[in-house]
Amino acid sequence: MSSPASNVDPKTAELWDKGHYQYDVIATRTLGYFMYLLSDGMLFATLFAAYGVLSYQHSYFGGPTPADFVKPWYTFVQTMALFLSVLAYGFGMNALKNKNKSGVISGLLAAFVLGVLFLMLDIHDMTHLASLGIGVATSGGMSAFIVLTQVHATHIFFGLIWILVMMAQVMTKGFTTDVVGRLLTLRMFWHLQAIIWVFVYVFVYLWGYMS
Amino acid sequence: MLVDLAGGWNPMLGRLAWSQIPYDNPILAPLFVAVVIGTIIILGLITYYGKWTYLWKEWLTTVDHKKLGVMYIILGLVMLFRGFIDGLMIRTQQAWAVGTHSSGVFGATHGYLTPFHFGQVYSAHGLIMILLAATPLLVGFMNIIVPIQIGARDMAYPYLNALGLWITAAAGALIMISLFVGDFAHNGWFGYAPIFELQYSPGVGVDYWIWTMELVALGTTLGGINILATIIKMRAPGMSWGRLPIFVWASLSANVIALTSFPALQVALGLVAADRYLGAHFFTAGLGGNLMLYTNLFWIWGHPEVYFVILPAFGMMSEIFPTFSEKPLFGYITMVLASLAIAGVSWLVWLHHFFTMGAGPYVNSAFSVATMLVGIPTGVKVFNWAFTMYRGRLTFNAAMLWAIGALFLLLIGGLTGMMLAVPAINYMVHNSVFVVAHFHSMLLVIVYAIFASVIYWFPKVFGFKLDEFWAKTMFWLFSAGTTLVFVPMYMLGFMGMTRRLDYVFNTAWHPYLLVMEFGIVVYMISVLAFFALLYVSIRDHAKNRVGADAWGTSRSLEWLTHSPVPFYNFAVLPHISARDEVAWRRDNGIDHVQPDHYEDIHMPNNTGVAIILGGLTFVLGFALVWRIWWLCILSLLAIMALVIYRSFKGDPGYIITAAELEEMEKDAMCREAQIGKQHYRVGGGVLGDAIAYERSDLPPLASQPGSSVGLGHRS
Repeated sequence: MSSPASNVDPKTAELWDKGHYQYDVIATRTLGYFMYLLSDGMLFATLFAAYGVLSYQHSYFGGPTPADFVKPWYTFVQTMALFLSVLAYGFGMNALKNKNKSGVISGLLAAFVLGVLFLMLDIHDMTHLASLGIGVATSGGMSAFIVLTQVHATHIFFGLIWILVMMAQVMTKGFTTDVVGRLLTLRMFWHLQAIIWVFVYVFVYLWGYMS
Repeated sequence: MLVDLAGGWNPMLGRLAWSQIPYDNPILAPLFVAVVIGTIIILGLITYYGKWTYLWKEWLTTVDHKKLGVMYIILGLVMLFRGFIDGLMIRTQQAWAVGTHSSGVFGATHGYLTPFHFGQVYSAHGLIMILLAATPLLVGFMNIIVPIQIGARDMAYPYLNALGLWITAAAGALIMISLFVGDFAHNGWFGYAPIFELQYSPGVGVDYWIWTMELVALGTTLGGINILATIIKMRAPGMSWGRLPIFVWASLSANVIALTSFPALQVALGLVAADRYLGAHFFTAGLGGNLMLYTNLFWIWGHPEVYFVILPAFGMMSEIFPTFSEKPLFGYITMVLASLAIAGVSWLVWLHHFFTMGAGPYVNSAFSVATMLVGIPTGVKVFNWAFTMYRGRLTFNAAMLWAIGALFLLLIGGLTGMMLAVPAINYMVHNSVFVVAHFHSMLLVIVYAIFASVIYWFPKVFGFKLDEFWAKTMFWLFSAGTTLVFVPMYMLGFMGMTRRLDYVFNTAWHPYLLVMEFGIVVYMISVLAFFALLYVSIRDHAKNRVGADAWGTSRSLEWLTHSPVPFYNFAVLPHISARDEVAWRRDNGIDHVQPDHYEDIHMPNNTGVAIILGGLTFVLGFALVWRIWWLCILSLLAIMALVIYRSFKGDPGYIITAAELEEMEKDAMCREAQIGKQHYRVGGGVLGDAIAYERSDLPPLASQPGSSVGLGHRS
């Protein structure tokens, strides 16, 4: 019995690669980064599960609940800032298709400014909470609320640093394989954070406001 | 925002103080001296022989997946030894501290370990064995074997691969240093809420536990991404999904689990850290915390994790059985589907770790049924292995013995697992040593598969075989130890002995505990046999050199290239035509056809960034444990700066020219020619002369009477 799963004639079979086999560097990178984003999504899924368990009335232990302090319009401005930031990044990537350096830079810059706006609104929100005497130590429900939103904000913070680094790399290195690969992965990262924010806005802020 | 600590804290050293060094502990202090002397001797020897440059250039900065894999395996074996010593200490305490009249030394009322110290020992034992022994060993094997089996020159991201290793090593260093600076968690390896809260565990032990696990989780997630991307993107031409070696399929399904489940662990422990560092109330008793949230989050990772460690072990067995049965693997497609099914079902069973939570009959029934479902794909695998061996031409060498041992343990562990899947039985034996015996049977499947693989793939990596006599001696000693320790443990479980007893109140259990103590001594002797195995094998390595196909009956692609594998794996990438490519080439007499010309190949450069980043994550972990905030910020900034530096620097890689390649290939083939022709054993399996698989280069067996009934035999 010969080995299974082969209908290749051994006499004529090609045994060694003659086709100069090359794998696609950028596609391999984006695939790997996509998988990292899956794990990041799992991280948020777990945090949402924890928030779900800790958002009953008794989880707030008689203390303040999101309904007491959430201002939906304030958070809506945050939402718009982040979405416009993603949109600006998208325009930057359109410019990348034309190898338009200044277009990429201005897209990234706009994304950065809007991202900073988002983060400042978030920090302002948190300091406002702190001035009301509300923090992670207030109750289980507030721990879940704050940790979930601030883990998202931490992602935004590191994304902003990354945007700065990429602006520097586009300027100094131009569109090398490495830089293009990183611009694509950063786009995926930035987009995912906006997607996660949709869930944060709907399930944490709006539901919290209505509960 | 940060919590107030009851004990001392100063801005410079955090909680670190001389009183945290357990120099007055009669067990740890001599150990510390021994470790320091041992380290000085090793460092001195490296300096004396002038090996620092070699070590740095060839190993510490390498991005070669085989060397990284070897280092993963060395790390795993060292931690396996540490975990074994913890096991020895647990067994000794339980054999000693039995009944009110048992003596006590070193400050313990009974036995030689105080309850707090005993708690640390079993917590460290569990964490080390699962996350720092089994996981690195398996990741190491996947690292070495997967790229060669799919015909790639390296992993998809060689630098990330090095980073994963050094972060895992940092975790190992962190748990080791907890021996001598401060203490370790006493809350079991998986932790219980609210005992790990600052209020009940004010020491640094729980913090060591948190950051060790976080680092392992990070390293393993990075490694998982790397292996998945390698399998998906880097396969050689012709290596279709249907031709993928079965170990690669097992690695794929295992790493799908790793990628998706480890974030849950990171969050679960991150929230514990939020409780302990920021005063949050996720898992506190009161103020709105939820104790069982922790247990659920932990086991949502925890159960997929145990399948993450067992699936590669199944993959290893699936490579070893066909090689030494001289038959293709029975039921390749069902094997693949079973691996993926196990990976899928692993997500649906976490609640069986705490049926007694009181979730009610409907929830418990659902999880009970889901747990029993695992038995179906696992059963498929067991039958496939049995049918692979059935009427095969079996060779009972050491690797095969270990693999068969794994199969036996899988049966025992699997059947007791089925018992535990029934909530009614589970309520009876919950938290007893029956459960402990069950999961040790399962984890020993992994250990057996790992030792089988060490023997099986050693010649591929190092170019010579391990000594058969000592490998078999170790196998029989180890199996005797397994029997002597775990059969009495099952019995004690039925008698109602609960787990983690630092003092055994029932003297009727003493004989069993003494048998188990004897068993662990036999284990100890098997460890000595392992050292003898390494010593004898390295001493006699010149006699045991092998060619590319080390076993003569190998099947998958890794056996096509030279042994030891050159750093570029394949001078010319092979074009794949069959599922068992090497067996197919051998059977058709084309296994010695070499490529007719070479071309330049591109390889990645070594980098010191990965090991420095690993070192910095260790510093970060240590600073977090001791709450040295300036050091936390400094190491975090250093990590970010180094990552950005590396990102700017990039790696252009380097070129091996065709001429250099031809030279190296000539050398390798020259070496192989000196080894001479391999002697293949002919005929004579357990079923006499019945065979299922005929080799063209062997004398025909068709004239013998039994052979015509062979499964799939053609004459």
